[in-house]
Amino acid sequence: MLLIDCPWCGKRPELEFAYGGQAHLVRPSRPAELGDQQWADYLYVRRNPSGLHAERWRHAHGCGRFFNALRDTTTDQFAATYKIGDRRPAG
Amino acid sequence: MKRQSWSGLSLLWRSISRHRSWREQWRQAQPKPAYDAVIIGGGGHGLGTAYYLAAEHGLTNIAVVEKGWIGGGNTGRNTTIIRSNYLFDESIRLYDHALKLWERLSQELNYNVMFSPRGVMMLAHTVHDAQVLKRHVHANRCNGVDNEWLTPTEAKAFCPPLNIGADIRYPVMGAALQRRGGTARHDAVAWGYARAADAQGVDIIENCEVTGIRRGATGTVEALETTRGLIRSSRIGVVAAGNSSVVMQMAGVQLPLESFPLQALVSEPVKAVFPCVVMSNSIHAYISQSDRGELVIGAGTDAYTSYTQRGALHVNMHTLEAICELFPSFRRLRMLRNWGGIVDVTPDRSPIIGKTPVPGLYVNCGWGTGGFKATPGSAQVFAWTMAHDEPHPINAPFTLERFRDGALIDEAAAAAVAH
Repeated sequence: MLLIDCPWCGKRPELEFAYGGQAHLVRPSRPAELGDQQWADYLYVRRNPSGLHAERWRHAHGCGRFFNALRDTTTDQFAATYKIGDRRPAG
Repeated sequence: MKRQSWSGLSLLWRSISRHRSWREQWRQAQPKPAYDAVIIGGGGHGLGTAYYLAAEHGLTNIAVVEKGWIGGGNTGRNTTIIRSNYLFDESIRLYDHALKLWERLSQELNYNVMFSPRGVMMLAHTVHDAQVLKRHVHANRCNGVDNEWLTPTEAKAFCPPLNIGADIRYPVMGAALQRRGGTARHDAVAWGYARAADAQGVDIIENCEVTGIRRGATGTVEALETTRGLIRSSRIGVVAAGNSSVVMQMAGVQLPLESFPLQALVSEPVKAVFPCVVMSNSIHAYISQSDRGELVIGAGTDAYTSYTQRGALHVNMHTLEAICELFPSFRRLRMLRNWGGIVDVTPDRSPIIGKTPVPGLYVNCGWGTGGFKATPGSAQVFAWTMAHDEPHPINAPFTLERFRDGALIDEAAAAAVAH
């Protein structure tokens, strides 16, 4: 089980959290102008990298807040967790 | 090298002659500089694709490259359940095509894959479950695929260890039974296809990791960069399961995939106590008994994407709690081993089999948590797709473009969970 460092509550066991998938996906600002392929890319295509992955988590059974994390998918080790709105840390 | 044909008689003769005449089942091939076609990924789907390309389409100057050893990925890590009771017509055709091939696979490959159609029973624990499973029963029967609804008493008669008491957390309200479903020996599927492909002249190259895909000026694939040198080919099939995103990225193609760890575990071996396969999607319990006597138990996926081939213990505990409640007689069994595999999951939980935006590059991925059952069918239609440069009618709906066109085959919504 992962130990996840919630930016508000500190380190808590994975069971308290819900995974939220790839981070920094921005909803298109002019949706009416998007073509089918661009919609498909936004809705379905994911980076799914082998290595560092910026992803959302929610401290569902804690403070209830969303935050972002940078995790290495080849080791499951977290490089950083950071608040929503903050830029992705280097790495 | 001519393949040694096996039979009961040949086994007897080799026993009498002290087993001195057994040969290796396939060659340790060295990569050649060029092939007519190369398959990336030496699991059941990839080896099967090579076999059908050679046996049914006459392409014999081909290779399978595998970064580890063949069958060491999800082919050797799954819980071997075979069934075709999906909801949508497209899925039913695809999976039932596979099931029909399973029924004669041992004969075709001259290799005992131990296909055992012992029946797959899916349990309903809520009114919603019962409605969904009954809808599956009707959808299957409309498509000529067997599936029947059982009352709790009938379910217990089919699987005596099942607890149908009303006092458990999720009582059994009924079950859908596909009698033609069952299990097969997963390793034998990889080995059988490898041996049969090798006999057709296919090079099976293990310990050969693809590190790059070279494309020409027109965008067409030209060669693979591997840890064992450059391999030229104008036709490349990617069958890399959990690593499909990584491999396809080398050709500049982004896929609608996420890779998750999926875990399984086996108990200590016991006498034959479990006559069928039982699945419960609602409480995440998948169980059968291997011919060695181990109870083979499938757990759910972990919550997060990962390439580690392991997962957290609480996922297994969740499944074992459900197993112990449904089958109280298993409560004192000890678990022997647990492991994880990386499954590539699409948004609609249906696979992607077909061409890609890159000429000469084909992909067979997105089988998610349930690819083993489809192995022969997937391999055969994918080989057809690579040979004809167009999808076979069975896999035509399973294109990459369906996400753009909105033609999803939404087995995710149909099952509400992984399957």
